[in-house]
Amino acid sequence: MAADSKGTANPHPRPLSPHLQVYRLPMLAILSITHRATGVGLAVGTLMLVCWLVAAANGEAAFNSVNGFLGSAIGRLLLFGWSVALFFHLANGIRHLFWDAVMGFEIRSAENSGWAVIAFTAVATLLAWSIGLAVAGGN
Amino acid sequence: MAEFSLPANSKVHAGKAWPAPSGARRTKTFRIYRWDPDKGANPQVDSYTIDLDKTAPMVLDALIKIKNEIDPTLTFRRSCREGVCGSCAMNIDGTNTLACTKAIADCEGDVKIYPLPHMPVIKDLVPDLTQAYAQLRSVEPWLKSETPPPDRERPQSPAERQKLDGLWECILCFCCSTSCPSYWWNGDRYLGPAILLQAYRWIADTRDEATGERLDNLEDPFRLYRCHTIMNCTKTCPKGLNPAKAIGEIKKLMVARK
Ligand code: HEM
Ligand code: SF4
Ligand code: SF4
Ligand code: FES
Repeated sequence: MAADSKGTANPHPRPLSPHLQVYRLPMLAILSITHRATGVGLAVGTLMLVCWLVAAANGEAAFNSVNGFLGSAIGRLLLFGWSVALFFHLANGIRHLFWDAVMGFEIRSAENSGWAVIAFTAVATLLAWSIGLAVAGGN
Repeated sequence: MAEFSLPANSKVHAGKAWPAPSGARRTKTFRIYRWDPDKGANPQVDSYTIDLDKTAPMVLDALIKIKNEIDPTLTFRRSCREGVCGSCAMNIDGTNTLACTKAIADCEGDVKIYPLPHMPVIKDLVPDLTQAYAQLRSVEPWLKSETPPPDRERPQSPAERQKLDGLWECILCFCCSTSCPSYWWNGDRYLGPAILLQAYRWIADTRDEATGERLDNLEDPFRLYRCHTIMNCTKTCPKGLNPAKAIGEIKKLMVARK
């Protein structure tokens, strides 16, 4: 027996209405989730960076094994994901700072700034990898 | 921790279907969430196909027609039928809005209708708003003043009055709060956009003298700061208001007074 808000005995507990199951998430909400996902991704990626630095401090053998992994296909994919996450989170973080100053809250401007974040992420990632690969010569 | 799936008693099953009336040339199917507190079975989605040539233009008109002509057990709230009372708020076509101001013609394909999301359901499309009203009470939504009341009205300049534009129009329909993922996951402690917009309505009122006290009441990791600027609230508000911005204003005042 559950009781309702007025304390009336209620033989059947109330169901919870559907939420994620039925809500059509707007682009703004998807960007917001992406900010959290990339934040968590960056935290994991930073651990990876720490491993690399610790390995570097521990001599050539350790460094070579970690470095070798990062240079492998899987390692590069992870690095690529990490860089996408970094550029997205950086740009979107700046978008958040504008919101903190109560700027850009109209739907139109929030959507425009969202597209700008996506464009920046794509361009910055491409640029970073072309420069990186050019300098490292594919090694 | 957020629970992304529905509890076992809340999972939605397939329901009954009422076919199109014979001779109808322009039809539309309404797929509507049903839950009967007397039966206690799981909720189900019933579908009603109606003749659009004999239906007025709004989704609320269709609901009333279905209740009057097909299935009198269908239960929903409505009063003003012109977007000022906030009673008919529900989830239509994947977004929260008022059934009385949502045109059937703006819904593509079948019209899917659910109660406001992530709320306890009293019956069919009627959610239990007890918690939301208790939260409204907690922000003390009335004018507070220490100075003795004047003999006449408390005058405001046009510029002072303008600060309330975009706030006073709120009809407390809770479309925004129930569109907010933070309110879904933390609604017991997070006030949600509707209530925070109300709180800001009194903070922004130049006649109110309790701003400090009001901000103290909101200075809390949950009551205010579960807002992550997801913007679902502003996107969905059927009155075109901007609760996300009102929340931004409160957060800014919090920083400014440090
Ligand atoms: C490797 C570096 C970084 C890591 C590991 C990181 C991690 C995170 C995490 C885990 C969150 C929580 C996400 C959430 O609660 O939704 C977060 C939020 C945030 N981050 Fe970062 N971050 C990093 C860099 C940055 C940078 C460079 C900026 C600014 C340009 C930034 C701005 C923000 C902001 C504004 C939020 C709050 C968003 C909100 O209110 O929901 N972050 N970050
Ligand atoms: S802000 Fe808009 S959506 Fe929210 S309660 Fe007020 S009128 Fe409804
Ligand atoms: S902006 Fe804040 S209140 Fe509005 S939907 Fe997002 S989290 Fe909720
Ligand atoms: S019936 Fe009043 S807002 Fe729809």
